[in-house]
Amino acid sequence: MASLSTHPALAENTTPLARTAVAVRIEPPRGWLEVRLREIWQYRELLYFFVWRDVKIRYKQTVIGVAWVVLQPLLTMAVFTLFFGRLAKLPSQGLPYSVFYFAALVPWTYFSTSLQYATSIVVENQRVITKVYFPRLILPVSAVLSGLVDFSIGFVALAGVTLGYGLRPGIAALWLPVLLLLAVATALGVGLWLSALNALYRDVRYVMPFLVQFWMLASPVAYPSTLVPERWRWLYGLNPMTGVIEGFRWALTGHGQAPGAVMLASAAMVTVVLIGGLLFFQRMETTVADLV
Amino acid sequence: MDNVVIHAEALSKRYRIGQREAPSGQLREVLGRALRSPLSVFRRPARETFWALKDASLEVRQGEVLGLIGRNGAGKTTLLKILSRITRPTSGWAEIRGNVGSLLEVGTGFHPDLTGRENTYLSGAILGMRKREIDRKFDEIVAFAELKKFIDTQVKHYSSGMYVRLAFAVAAHLEPEILLVDEVLAVGDIKFQKKCLGKMGDVARAGRTIVLVSHQLNQIRRLCQRVLWIDGGEIRRSGSTAEVVSAYEKEMLSSDALTQKGSVCGKAHFLKWWILDSEGNPTHLLSTGEELRMQFLLKINQPVHGLYHDIQLYDQNRQLLWGNAIPGVFLEPGLYVCDHMLPKLPLRPGLYTWRVTLWDGGETVADWDSIPEMHVATAPVAHPLDEKAGILNIPSECRISPCTTPIPPSRDR
Repeated sequence: MASLSTHPALAENTTPLARTAVAVRIEPPRGWLEVRLREIWQYRELLYFFVWRDVKIRYKQTVIGVAWVVLQPLLTMAVFTLFFGRLAKLPSQGLPYSVFYFAALVPWTYFSTSLQYATSIVVENQRVITKVYFPRLILPVSAVLSGLVDFSIGFVALAGVTLGYGLRPGIAALWLPVLLLLAVATALGVGLWLSALNALYRDVRYVMPFLVQFWMLASPVAYPSTLVPERWRWLYGLNPMTGVIEGFRWALTGHGQAPGAVMLASAAMVTVVLIGGLLFFQRMETTVADLV
Repeated sequence: MDNVVIHAEALSKRYRIGQREAPSGQLREVLGRALRSPLSVFRRPARETFWALKDASLEVRQGEVLGLIGRNGAGKTTLLKILSRITRPTSGWAEIRGNVGSLLEVGTGFHPDLTGRENTYLSGAILGMRKREIDRKFDEIVAFAELKKFIDTQVKHYSSGMYVRLAFAVAAHLEPEILLVDEVLAVGDIKFQKKCLGKMGDVARAGRTIVLVSHQLNQIRRLCQRVLWIDGGEIRRSGSTAEVVSAYEKEMLSSDALTQKGSVCGKAHFLKWWILDSEGNPTHLLSTGEELRMQFLLKINQPVHGLYHDIQLYDQNRQLLWGNAIPGVFLEPGLYVCDHMLPKLPLRPGLYTWRVTLWDGGETVADWDSIPEMHVATAPVAHPLDEKAGILNIPSECRISPCTTPIPPSRDR
């Protein structure tokens, strides 16, 4: 048994108080504008641990484990290719159906799973939330970041398929990080709204499957956006995932539509949703420990 | 003063009664209201409110160990939750200098699917340790928990004793400048409790500030220099440990304490209670799973005839666990001891209340909640996860072996 009276670590750890004389002020919640982004940076290690935990736990007790990351979009791709491609004969911008669908499904799967993680993460962590303080914002942030691990694996598979078909991405591939960032921001922005709402109203849980399905049909996953009538394009473009998915196809293969005005509309939309989400989430955060 | 590390001014917290259930799943109600009168969404529905904490002002200096005492629901935990920033005050403010660690539960952030090693890092990080710090203390934590062999086993396969030991070990190695602790030492077996108490004493001697909530007045006496007594959400008394604890004890033990209830006619009073340990010493602590002898001191003022003596055992959530009635009580005025012999009680560690009454069918003659509460500190032997452990602490064994005998036919109709 370890001796208790002598802990050398204790002695060497004693920090003089003067070093950390930053005072934290505790006050009643004051209003809408109180976003403390610097605090997120201070808690980056905990953010890392939350991401690490999610990734560790996600495929525990599954037989094929991380293979699901590739298998999920691959199976959906097979189904889409069969029904939308071979049977419905939807146009595919001159791409082989498997590439056309896979290039959309990898970013889409990232977005939809991250959105769902982010929505449920506050409620799932209610025990921790009521027992210890940390900026609650790092929960949804960790949800959209942990999805990136799955995304990278899926992306490698996607690159393999694309190259396998002899398609060579050009300089356009440089757009990929921008597109990914847009997808992350969209998942986070909407996820902030939904996770805060979910903490208040559990109805959100039942709306989610419908929302995700509807959103997929409203994005060019199963069909090219050229199918949408010209006069409705602007509205269609307000869905940020339109820009992301069309952009992915274009950046990887050189086929399809280059990001243009649609991307700008998407980016503007995301900015609004994200800032609104931050404010709404922080508003909820001040009372969440009393609510969940 | 320069070395004040916690300064709180008139902290108050109001809760709406029923707030916990109301918001979830009631979107329909909100939407319905919005349709009927669009502005009402912005109005809060009038609900009954209560102040969990009212006008609490305090100062804590660096290196001080401050104890918070008071009965359940007095507001001690609310105060800790505000100071640890888990919840915001409704009014008032506080200022804290130095990094704060809060320990409101054992095993915060533990995940059953992760190994002991992984949980050490996860829980450590959630409680506020840096990864480097955990790296450095890791071996020490494992040694403290006495779990070297099982550190790479998933926590869900741990016995509850192992689980609690690891959770404690992580918590005990937390070394923030200000540590806020809520009653966590009330679980776990008595030997390990002592070990943790020793560790906390070390932390205090190393010049760190501790605010400690405990029902165990002995712990408070041992660790704290100063004590706040919180009663009904307000600070009732503040001062040196000896002074405040003895005032508190005096009120708790006096027969006309606040829990004397019902229409009590003055014919009889319960005064005190205690457990006789194996050496015959009175105590309020149950640390062994042995048979138990409990005594209640009863004062009879007027002769009573043919009464029932009821005894009931409640847990902290006021859930009735057991009760019995002893008929035929005839007593002349004087002091009596009601002696209850019980087999070993399969209770999980925690605080319990005995309720003893005298009644004659219609009228309650005496009705008393045991003060102080009974503190059970036996080793937990149920499921390591709190929510699956239930309320009983029953040692059990399970062996799984190949089925070699033929399965008997079922006799269902």
